[in-house]
Amino acid sequence: MPLEPALLKNMIAAAAERIIGSADELTALDQAIGDGDHGINMKRGCAEILANLDAIAAKPTGEALKAVGMALVMKVGGASGPLYGSLFIAMGKELGDRPAAMALLPEVFGAGVSAVAARGKSAAGEKTMLDVLTPVLDATRAGGPGLAARIREAAAHGSAATIPMRATKGRAAFLGERSVGHMDPGARSSQIIVETLLSFLDERT
Amino acid sequence: MTENVSLVIVSHSPDVARGTAEMVRQMVGDEVKVAHCGGNPDGGLGTDVQRILRAIDEAWSPRGVAILVDLGGAETNSEMAIELLPEDRRSRVVLCNSPIVEGAIMAATEASGGASLAEVRATAEELSPR
Repeated sequence: MPLEPALLKNMIAAAAERIIGSADELTALDQAIGDGDHGINMKRGCAEILANLDAIAAKPTGEALKAVGMALVMKVGGASGPLYGSLFIAMGKELGDRPAAMALLPEVFGAGVSAVAARGKSAAGEKTMLDVLTPVLDATRAGGPGLAARIREAAAHGSAATIPMRATKGRAAFLGERSVGHMDPGARSSQIIVETLLSFLDERT
Repeated sequence: MTENVSLVIVSHSPDVARGTAEMVRQMVGDEVKVAHCGGNPDGGLGTDVQRILRAIDEAWSPRGVAILVDLGGAETNSEMAIELLPEDRRSRVVLCNSPIVEGAIMAATEASGGASLAEVRATAEELSPR
């Protein structure tokens, strides 16, 4: 079924607000294994989205996704800007001028995840946001009944799975073995976004 | 006189970016244009795609622009900036995988002799472990 503009607006706002509300948690995770700016960077990007929410939500869904991505690219200021930016820009490009529909989610989200992998020259298993996005994509592709619950589980499992991993990408790679034992902040922010968006889909799947 | 390849220095710290550009000017001179940027959109430590785009514009040479970066986010944001360039400029901007200060000096030295963009990058990257 198509995505109504009001729902799209609520979804974007909820995800941005939830990330802003989680800034301290994300910063704490990033202080353990990165440069400690993930929370504050994502907060800056999400504040930009909220400041332009009406203009963004007034666009067709594909264009709105691209606008969300560009706001993150331009305002986040760390590597997570281009990474999340590429996710949403690629999803917007893939959707194009088609109306958003659940049936298109695997294809559209798949294009976004591929863009993140290309931008980060990374794959799942390297203690990054891809450790959440990839299993979420797999669950999305599998489809079937109880989809929302399975996606939620895939996201939670994915972020938890980064705790014992040794980082080989980003700042955490400098820590080597010392990165083991900490959840990846990008995986956690991805889980938060996925969970927030799912709360809108629960009643529909 | 034909223009030389120019440089853009991108650091998380505006001071490091400025200092690196100053070292290049002092050691290599003015025949290689050097633009620099550092700091996130709020002015704290980090990098900013918009400022990187402005620096590329400022340094622009038809021979090409070599970008030197410090840490991961500077690299990712510079790659993003290159992708956002107009199509005719995109292929003439490259990222050098090298230490920022030493790479900038080496790249500028090479560029000052009229070397191509590929040669400038290769010289900067000689410093990187393989």
